[in-house]
Amino acid sequence: MTKVRKSKVQARKEKPRKAAPQPSTAHFLLEIGCEEIPARLIVRAAEELRVLLGKQLAAYGLAELDAIESFGTPRRLVVSVPALRGRQPDSRTETLGPPKSVAFDNVGEPTRAAESFALKQGVGISQLEITSTPRGEYVVARKTVPGRPASDILAEILPRAILELSFPRSMYWTPGGAPRFIRPIRWIVALLNEKVIPFTVGEVSSDRFSRGHRFLGSRKPVSIAQAGNYIDRLRDNFVIVRPVERRQRIEQQLSRLAAQKRLRVRPDAELLDEVIYLNEYPTGILGSFDQGFLDLPEEILVTVMRGHQKYFAMQDRAGHLAPHFAAIINMDSDAGGVIRAGHERVLRARFADARFFWDSDQKCRLADYLPQLAGIVYESRLGSYLDKVERVRSLARWMAEQWFNAGTPEADVAAADRAAELAKCDLVTEMVRELPELQGIVGGLYAIEQGEPEGVAWAIYDHYRPTGIDDSIPRNLAGCALAMADRLDSLTGCFSVGLIPSGSSDAFGLRRAALGIVKILLERGLPFSLSAAVATSANLLRTLKPRLEVSADMEEQVRRFLQERTRYIFRERFGYDYDEIDAVLAAGADDLVDAEQRIAAVRSVRRTKNFEPLAIAFKRIRNILEKSGGGDGARLRTVREDLFAEAAERDLQSASQQVAMDSARLKRAGRYRDALEAIAGLRPVVDRFFDEVLVMSDDPSVRNNRLALLWHLLREFSTIADFSEIQAEAPLRR
Amino acid sequence: MKKNIKKSLTHTGLTFQQLIMELQRFWSERGCVIQQPYDIEVGAGTMHPETFFRVLGPDPYRVSYVQPSRRPTDGRYGENPNRLYKHTQYQVILKPIPKNIQDLYLDSLVALGIDLQQHDIRFEEDNWEAPTLGAWGVGWQVLLDGLEITQFTYFQQCGGLNLDPPSVELTYGLERIAAFLQDVSNVFDLRWTDQMTYGQVRLAEEQQFSAYSFEVADASTARELFDMYEREALSLLSRFPDTSGAERERFPVLAAYDLGLKCSHLFNVLDSRRAISTTERAAMISRVRAIACRAAEAYLAQRGQLPEAAPAATGAERP
Repeated sequence: MTKVRKSKVQARKEKPRKAAPQPSTAHFLLEIGCEEIPARLIVRAAEELRVLLGKQLAAYGLAELDAIESFGTPRRLVVSVPALRGRQPDSRTETLGPPKSVAFDNVGEPTRAAESFALKQGVGISQLEITSTPRGEYVVARKTVPGRPASDILAEILPRAILELSFPRSMYWTPGGAPRFIRPIRWIVALLNEKVIPFTVGEVSSDRFSRGHRFLGSRKPVSIAQAGNYIDRLRDNFVIVRPVERRQRIEQQLSRLAAQKRLRVRPDAELLDEVIYLNEYPTGILGSFDQGFLDLPEEILVTVMRGHQKYFAMQDRAGHLAPHFAAIINMDSDAGGVIRAGHERVLRARFADARFFWDSDQKCRLADYLPQLAGIVYESRLGSYLDKVERVRSLARWMAEQWFNAGTPEADVAAADRAAELAKCDLVTEMVRELPELQGIVGGLYAIEQGEPEGVAWAIYDHYRPTGIDDSIPRNLAGCALAMADRLDSLTGCFSVGLIPSGSSDAFGLRRAALGIVKILLERGLPFSLSAAVATSANLLRTLKPRLEVSADMEEQVRRFLQERTRYIFRERFGYDYDEIDAVLAAGADDLVDAEQRIAAVRSVRRTKNFEPLAIAFKRIRNILEKSGGGDGARLRTVREDLFAEAAERDLQSASQQVAMDSARLKRAGRYRDALEAIAGLRPVVDRFFDEVLVMSDDPSVRNNRLALLWHLLREFSTIADFSEIQAEAPLRR
Repeated sequence: MKKNIKKSLTHTGLTFQQLIMELQRFWSERGCVIQQPYDIEVGAGTMHPETFFRVLGPDPYRVSYVQPSRRPTDGRYGENPNRLYKHTQYQVILKPIPKNIQDLYLDSLVALGIDLQQHDIRFEEDNWEAPTLGAWGVGWQVLLDGLEITQFTYFQQCGGLNLDPPSVELTYGLERIAAFLQDVSNVFDLRWTDQMTYGQVRLAEEQQFSAYSFEVADASTARELFDMYEREALSLLSRFPDTSGAERERFPVLAAYDLGLKCSHLFNVLDSRRAISTTERAAMISRVRAIACRAAEAYLAQRGQLPEAAPAATGAERP
């Protein structure tokens, strides 16, 4: 590498740059001022904004993602980067030009080629350098591209990032259909230390003027002199910007209020998460309601309080509901009790409605609503809810019978049947129309009230459970049968009419339904044949309304769908590794509880000394069989001892016969771990076989006999798990 | 109930009719045409042609009016303190949307005597959709100390057409606001005037229309009427495309829409009689919507304002 020459011009150019000190870091602040953003979307939007900007800022070398904070209140989305580099780092580029021999003549003067290359690169000829490459010496243009100031870059990327935010239902508010955002943007603060970063989004130009609390803050826009002052300036104007602080304040207020009455706040994490984003200056107030309403079931009272009014319910020490509630208001106090009185009046009206529904719904019995279910379509091709109820009844009964026959005496077939008959009746009650989140629960409550057996009532009450992977399963077996029958009927039915979940579309919640079935099976440890259950469900769709054609292929698809969900639970819930799951399901996945026991056994023996080497040997066996024609020939043959040519063959045969007997006995006793250990004990003979025996003997009859030996070995010992699926090198654990 | 009336009469706070007059004054001062309630049964102020048609097309418009709104299934024979067969909405439409619309709205509450510093007022997400009108928007319900007093909606689509510019719709629930102002817990105890209660003015109407919609209305007659109104509406609308010039200008698009409103109300009556199955419900809603959407297109076509790309598919822009 030779430096050619240094021009005077360049030296002069460099001087002022030296004089200007490299800007260090600055505090960057962005506040998107909005009309009230839906509470449920704020967390996601703030995080999305952080990631969107983070990617850009990292690409420009201005900040790393974890140096970026974002948060939100109902009226603002905020991004703060306390230490943003003031300038993009300079970058150096290197462009290879013509070979030196072409660029310079024999006296070292530049040729036309050098001139045009320098011109194209925008550098002086004197700045060209020579570099040696494997192909010889070449001319190279090295340039330092000065980084741009952060404020210029921000002015470019901010408006784009803001409009790139995605919302489930965005809107426009000015003519022309743009910009779109979740609610109208009314102001934008964009500061780098004390300097405004200028840009516009729609009709709003960025500036330094924020807004305080709508009612408690300054009436005028709040000027932010320095990005670093933002949080304090807003606090002075009754906006607590950081959600963590709002959470703390709410929690403190709630426990103070509860202590006043010697009560406890009924824990409600979901509601807490919501009220944090409904208020900029949250304050708790305590209200009361008439004792008389406590006659209504707690489920109903709590749902009315939390769902409609966002109130926290209160409990006494024994956990009974108390006639008080805590409301979080967006003000600093309620000195005169005016706000409390208002909230109490609203709650009184809501409770009065609930009582009206409770009484009027029960003017007739739950079963009397059954005919009305004929008027509610479940799915146009699958008929009404009444049709569904008929199918679910039969299926629930069948399931309970299976369990009873398998030696579970508490599987009450009659209770499952009755519960299934009544399960959907509450869909036409006023209470469920008003409080749809209480479907099932209301039916259960009415059933108790009307003297149905407790087992039936709880089965109805629980039958939408589990609602997710963390929810509990129905408390009794009738409830389990009903919950599973309801979901399996939905699965088979929807699949049969082509409603198969794909990507994000799963209108009937079939993934969740399948997950529910698997979760119940595994948690209750219920014996269950997936194929028999799907076949029964399919038969009911064929023989009862809507009398569909359900193909065998469709049944297979439903089974596979359930197995997929099973894999998911095994992985996410039980923490099993992929290969353990694959190995076991390959050996049979019709009874999921049994499969789980087998996985547990595989997991517990896989780290013992013989197991993984044996797994490698099994994989080798499978490869050999596949190469020799899929083992088809081997399958047909029995192993003939007279064709054995080596002692190792004979030993393997006799050892495997012994182990096969032992392991089959252990397996029958459900002692999968012991069975696996017995199989793993084959390792030395298998190893010796491969050491001493060449499978692919020139003598076809000897060769085929050996293949047959291996085929039988593989099959015999793959009934608990297919060992060849086990990854010998332990995969990363989650 | 009688005891309560005496007590409530001693309270201050605007009477029901003062409340209406105050809102009319407020919005009149802000440039609104003060319109009259529509004279056909409607379920909401949105169905009034002054909203349904005026939000279409580019012309600026500001209008407000009282709209008694019938919801047959909400009827309770005047026995429930909070639910009514017919409640009273105060409707405001502003096109284009003023930048300070939220402040304007809050000012209107101040004008009603509500001290914003003494109460808990919040805007909570509530997206609105009127399937029979092919209309939807996003916005909030406004809560005053936990009581829903206003529906605040940024209209995005109406009659299946994208709105450009969009409009804002404010719908005040007058009974609720009056009950709040008068500190009354039973709607029938509201003071309509200083001499008359809401119950004295309206109770009989609640009783009779509840009886009619829950017990008496003849479902097959209602169906027949529905079909007849629909037939007439569609027969009008089908003639519109062939018109031009002066004939087009005076073509009764508004009359076709009125017939659609009749259908909508009859649908509600049938619903309260529980004479509609879920499948049929969806079908009837889409029949009413078809009339509304075709009327909306004809309205714009009549004024030469139908965008090239129109008609937009109903709900096309809905995410």
